[in-house]
Amino acid sequence: MKTITERLRVPGAFLLGAVLLLGIAPVALSDFRLSLLAKYLCYAIVAVGVSLAWGRGGLMVLGQGVFFGLGGYAMAMHLKLADAADTGEKIPDFMQLYGTSDALPWWWKPFANPAFALAMTVLLPMAVAALVGFLVFRRRVKGAYFAILSQALAAALSIWLIGQQATTGGTNGLTDIQGFFGYSLDDPVNQRMVYFVIAAVLLLLMALARQLFVSRYGELLVAVRDSEERVRFLGYDPANVKLVAYVVAAGMAGLAGALFVPAVGIISPALIGIVPSIGFVIGAAVGGRASLVGAVLGAIAVAWAQSTLSDEFPAAWTYLQGLLFVLAVGFLPGGLASLGTVLRRRRTPATPKEEKVVVMAGEAA
Amino acid sequence: MSGEGLTVRDLRVSFDGFTAVDGVDLDIGPGDLRFLIGPNGAGKTTLVDAVTGLVRASGSVRFAGQELLGRPVHRIARLGIGRTFQTATVFEELTVLQNLDIAAGAGRGPLTMLRRRGSVPEPVSRALETTGLTGLRDRPAGILAHGQKQWLEIGMLLVQDVRLLLLDEPVAGMSHEEREATGELLRRVAEDRTVVVIEHDMDFMRSYARSVSVLHAGKVLSEGTVAEVQADAKVQEVYLGRAAEPAAVPVPEEA
Repeated sequence: MKTITERLRVPGAFLLGAVLLLGIAPVALSDFRLSLLAKYLCYAIVAVGVSLAWGRGGLMVLGQGVFFGLGGYAMAMHLKLADAADTGEKIPDFMQLYGTSDALPWWWKPFANPAFALAMTVLLPMAVAALVGFLVFRRRVKGAYFAILSQALAAALSIWLIGQQATTGGTNGLTDIQGFFGYSLDDPVNQRMVYFVIAAVLLLLMALARQLFVSRYGELLVAVRDSEERVRFLGYDPANVKLVAYVVAAGMAGLAGALFVPAVGIISPALIGIVPSIGFVIGAAVGGRASLVGAVLGAIAVAWAQSTLSDEFPAAWTYLQGLLFVLAVGFLPGGLASLGTVLRRRRTPATPKEEKVVVMAGEAA
Repeated sequence: MSGEGLTVRDLRVSFDGFTAVDGVDLDIGPGDLRFLIGPNGAGKTTLVDAVTGLVRASGSVRFAGQELLGRPVHRIARLGIGRTFQTATVFEELTVLQNLDIAAGAGRGPLTMLRRRGSVPEPVSRALETTGLTGLRDRPAGILAHGQKQWLEIGMLLVQDVRLLLLDEPVAGMSHEEREATGELLRRVAEDRTVVVIEHDMDFMRSYARSVSVLHAGKVLSEGTVAEVQADAKVQEVYLGRAAEPAAVPVPEEA
C-alpha cells in the first residue's frame, strides 16, 4: 500500500510550485525579470501540451506555433479593437496605415466581443487541430511524416499572415498593445496581474494534464504510442485516442499564445513559424517530454537560456538550440528527468542482464 | 448455421501477384480447439491476418452471422475476435494490470476513461488468476519472461471477452513446463470459446488439438481429428517428402 509520503508527493510538489510561482517569484524578482518569467511561463504552458501529445502520445508535434499563433492573434485582435475603441477609432492603427478601406473586415468584427475572443483563443486552435488530426490520423500518417506536415502548417500560417498586411499587420504582426480588458499594460501593477494570471493558468493546466496522465485514458495513450497496431486488435480506434491528445495540446498552446500577448505586447509571424515551433518542443525534449514537471522546467530553462545567450551570442544560439535538440532526442530520450534512472541502471548491471535473457528467449521463438 | 462458429469460404489473399491464401474453406464450430498446421509459407498466418482485418482478402469470412471482410481491424475486434502474434506484443512500459485493464476497456465511456482506475475490475482479477500472473500484476510487462508475455496476451484476450481466439504459435520458444501450462490454459479457455491455434510443435498439437486443418501452398490439404490427419497420405507426403526433413517435426518459420 502507498505510504503517506508517497501519497503527499504530488500535492506537495504542486504546492511547492504554487508557492514558488505565486509567492516567492513576485517578491524576489524585479518588474523586468518578472515580465520575462511571464513570457517563459507561456512557453511552459505550450510544453504541458507537448508533454501530453509527444511525451505520452508519441505525436511529434513540431507545429505548435500554429495553435500558439491562432490563440495569440485571437487575443491580439480583441485587444487592438479595444485599444482603437478607447481612442475613438473604428479600426486598429495599422489598418489606417496599410488598409485600403476604413471599414473593419467582417472576420474581425466578432472579436470586438471579449467573451467571443476569449473563447476563440482556445476553441479556434482546438477546432483546427480536430480537423487536421481527423484527416491525418485516419490516414495513419505518423512519425516523421506527421512532424513534417506539422512544420508545413506552421510555415503556411506564418506565410499567409505575412501576405495579408492590410488585415493582419503582415510581418510586423499585431504590436503596440496598450490595454488588457480595461487595464493599462504600461502600469507595472497590471503587468504583475498578468503574471499571476499566467502562473495560475500554468498550474491549473498542469493539474489537468496530470489527471489525464494518471487516468485510464493516459494509460491507453501510452499503449497507443508504444504499439498502435496492438491497441487496434483490442477494439480501440487509435486515431481517436491520438486526436484527443492532439486537440487538448492545441488548446493549451492557444491559451499560451493568448496570454503571451498581454505579457509581451506583440504577436507576429516570426513568433509562430517553423523555428519557434521547433523551439516549443526543445524545452520539453531537454527536460523530459514524458515527465510533466521535466517538460515545464525544461521549457522555462531553455527559454531563459535563449534570452540570456542570444543577447550575447546571437549567431551561436541557433546552433546551440539545434545541438540541444539532437542531443536530447538522440542520447537522452527521457530528458533530464530520466537522468537519475539512467545513471542508476548503469551502476547496477542486473537489469540489463535480465533484459538480455528475455530478448534471447524471444529470439529462440 | 453455427451460432458463433467461424465460416470461411473461398478466401484468397494475394501480394503483388503472389497468392498466399488460395481459396480456403474452413468451418470451425463453436467450442472447437482447432490447430492450423502446415509447412513454411503455407499461408497460416496470412489466413489469420485476413480474418482479423490486417490484410485485404476476397471471399467470405463469417463469424456469429456477421461478414468480417472489409471491416476495419478495431471493428472486427469488437465483434469478439482476438488474436496474438508470433512475437508477443504487450505494452512493455505498462504494468501487467494496466495491460489487462486496457484490454478490458474498449467499450468504456469518456467519463470512465478520464478517471483513474479505482479498483481492479472483476474480469481482470479473474484473468490474472487464470494466467497465474497475480503476483506480477504491478510489474512492467517488459520485464516478463517470454512465456509469461504469451500468457499475458492470452489473458488480455480473456478480459477482452472474445469469443474467438486466434493464437499464432503461442508455445514457440517455451520450455516443456511452460508448454504444458499453456496447453492446460487453452483447454480451459476453449470450454466456452472457440480457439484457433497456429502451431509447429507436433507434440503439442497431438496433446491438445480437438481438430486439425493442414494448410499447404495456400490451400487446405487435409482436415479432421489428429489421428485422421496423421493417417492422411497427402499430409505425410508434404511433411515427410521434403528431402531435408527426415522427421515429422518441421522447423519453426520466421524465427
